[in-house]
Amino acid sequence: MKGNFISFVKKESLHILRDKRTMLIVMLIPVVLMILFGFAISTEVNNIRVAVVAPERTDGICDAVEKISQNSYFTFCGYINNDDVDNKLRTNEVSAVIVFASDYDRRVALASEGIPTKPVIQVIVDASNVNSAGAATAYLQNILLGAESQQSMFETRMLFNPQMKSAYNFVPGIMGLIFILVCAMMTSVSIVREKEMGSMEVLLVSPVRPVKIIFAKMIPYFAISCIVLITILMLAHYLLEVPMTGGVGGILSISILYLILSLALGLLVSTIAKTQVVALLISAMVLMMPIMMLSGLLFPIENLPKFFQVVSNIVPARWYIDAVRKMMIQGESITAVWQNCAILFGMTVALLGISLKKFNDKLE
Amino acid sequence: MNAIEVDNLSKSYGKVDALKGVSFEVRKGELFGLIGPDGAGKTTLFRLLTTLLNPDSGSAKVEGCDIVKDYLSIRSRIGYMPGRFSLYSDLSVEENLNFFAAIFGVKIEESYDLVAPIYKHIEPFKNRKAGKLSGGMKQKLALSCALIHRPSVLFLDEPTTGVDAVSRSEFWDMLAGLKLKGITILVSTPYMDEANRCDRIALCNEGSILSIDTPEKIVQSFDSKLYGVKAKNMFALLESSRKFRGVVNCYPFGEWHHIVIDKDFDIEALKKENCLIEGFEIKSVDASIEDVFIKLMKK
Repeated sequence: MKGNFISFVKKESLHILRDKRTMLIVMLIPVVLMILFGFAISTEVNNIRVAVVAPERTDGICDAVEKISQNSYFTFCGYINNDDVDNKLRTNEVSAVIVFASDYDRRVALASEGIPTKPVIQVIVDASNVNSAGAATAYLQNILLGAESQQSMFETRMLFNPQMKSAYNFVPGIMGLIFILVCAMMTSVSIVREKEMGSMEVLLVSPVRPVKIIFAKMIPYFAISCIVLITILMLAHYLLEVPMTGGVGGILSISILYLILSLALGLLVSTIAKTQVVALLISAMVLMMPIMMLSGLLFPIENLPKFFQVVSNIVPARWYIDAVRKMMIQGESITAVWQNCAILFGMTVALLGISLKKFNDKLE
Repeated sequence: MNAIEVDNLSKSYGKVDALKGVSFEVRKGELFGLIGPDGAGKTTLFRLLTTLLNPDSGSAKVEGCDIVKDYLSIRSRIGYMPGRFSLYSDLSVEENLNFFAAIFGVKIEESYDLVAPIYKHIEPFKNRKAGKLSGGMKQKLALSCALIHRPSVLFLDEPTTGVDAVSRSEFWDMLAGLKLKGITILVSTPYMDEANRCDRIALCNEGSILSIDTPEKIVQSFDSKLYGVKAKNMFALLESSRKFRGVVNCYPFGEWHHIVIDKDFDIEALKKENCLIEGFEIKSVDASIEDVFIKLMKK
């Protein structure tokens, strides 16, 4: 009876290999997403155009301007007149203007002598994009006050991701999303297709047990997902330079656990859906949406309303993404995220149990 | 012993009664036909007997095994070919056959004598994708796959629907060949003309069996006299004939209308009434299974 299991796996693989378009999509989507999120879509703020208003170009002000123009996040657009500020910002020629007070130099000098005074700088930012405005002011503060570090009460150090690269944040998120897409969606569609085509009827009226049918279906998708997993990790490490200091072994292990969980989810969907369209819809709406919204992929979970914070606990991707972030970026080992592993493992067992029980060897 | 015994089997889907207490037996080695239109409950009956569904009430046995309790032992003994093409259209003819051989744990050579007469028709196309076969060839492939494990009972749900006339006839020849090898065959069809190829038939409609017998006896059971009439304006003829005295029923039948009559009918009077109608013809016809079916349905 082992022979029929192998031929089942072979048949499933043939289905996948012959469907070139789907195959291509599955292999390409991760690469495209990685590149999109890694480069194009980024929450980093770059090339902030800055103009400066200064009553006179004193040494102190020139110093400060020098610092700004040397910084890769800023582009210095020259000195402008006080009256032009509004106009320049409105026409989008610059996105931030720094106004120095006329006694800037004097105050800097006083401050360095220990007299309690502060140089006065006004920063006017185009806040039509709140994110970049916030980032820009933070950077500016850092640069300008950094020069007077003895004056500044705060010293901020960004640990683990000092340049605040968004790729670090997105890679684990994309992984959480992709495996649901490949495993859950594709497995559920492939099982439901057999129901829809009527071949499930023929399979059921045979001595093969449903458990075998199911596992045979999962194996090729599992294999594909492993290839996708390795592709993503390679891209992340070599192209996006994500550190992965926590060890690749740990990341691989928890990812494989998450793969199996996704397969089980797909199986559960296939027991509910009767047509391929429904299976697709369930996978997209019920599985993908929570991952996008509630897993910390796009928004930090702490920022969600209380109710959704509670709901997010049942989204497996939340635990996976959290663990992978810790391992990839903070350099934790798998033992540090054992809680996440345990939760994912529990979910996998429960899902497999429910779906195997629900998978009927009759038509209803 | 009977290969199939069905006792008062009922099945409903929600409010729809698909099968309303059906009983019949199929003898070992018999070619038994279920004849009836769409919605007669044929597919439901097949799914019950192939253990894909559980009945609401009643019981049935296939090869002595109960369809509910012993469903697993039934599954290894029967061959089932569902109504629509349900093999893998992206796999080739040969891959399909190999796959079904593998899941039943048999080698193709073991059943080659059984499958060969059918498979040889499609063997020249063995590398072609099953989805690219013609309707008749698809059915031959499906039958080959259903036979690969030498089942003792074969369930064929509308195997000739959507197949051209020549392939249909060939298909029935193949079934006759399988019957000679001792396989019990339960086959359903909406085509009345195919009923004559069966040993016995059950006429079914709306979840009930109207009559079970050999095709000859079913035809003989038609006890009224039957005429065929024809004219240029067939619709007007149908209307006028229905109103004619002594006509019990009149219905279109191919290019003729069949009229069923009782003792009040006077053929000369009908001829006289229609003598001026263009192209009018009348002839005495022998009843066919379809005539019996229409009569039983009217009851």
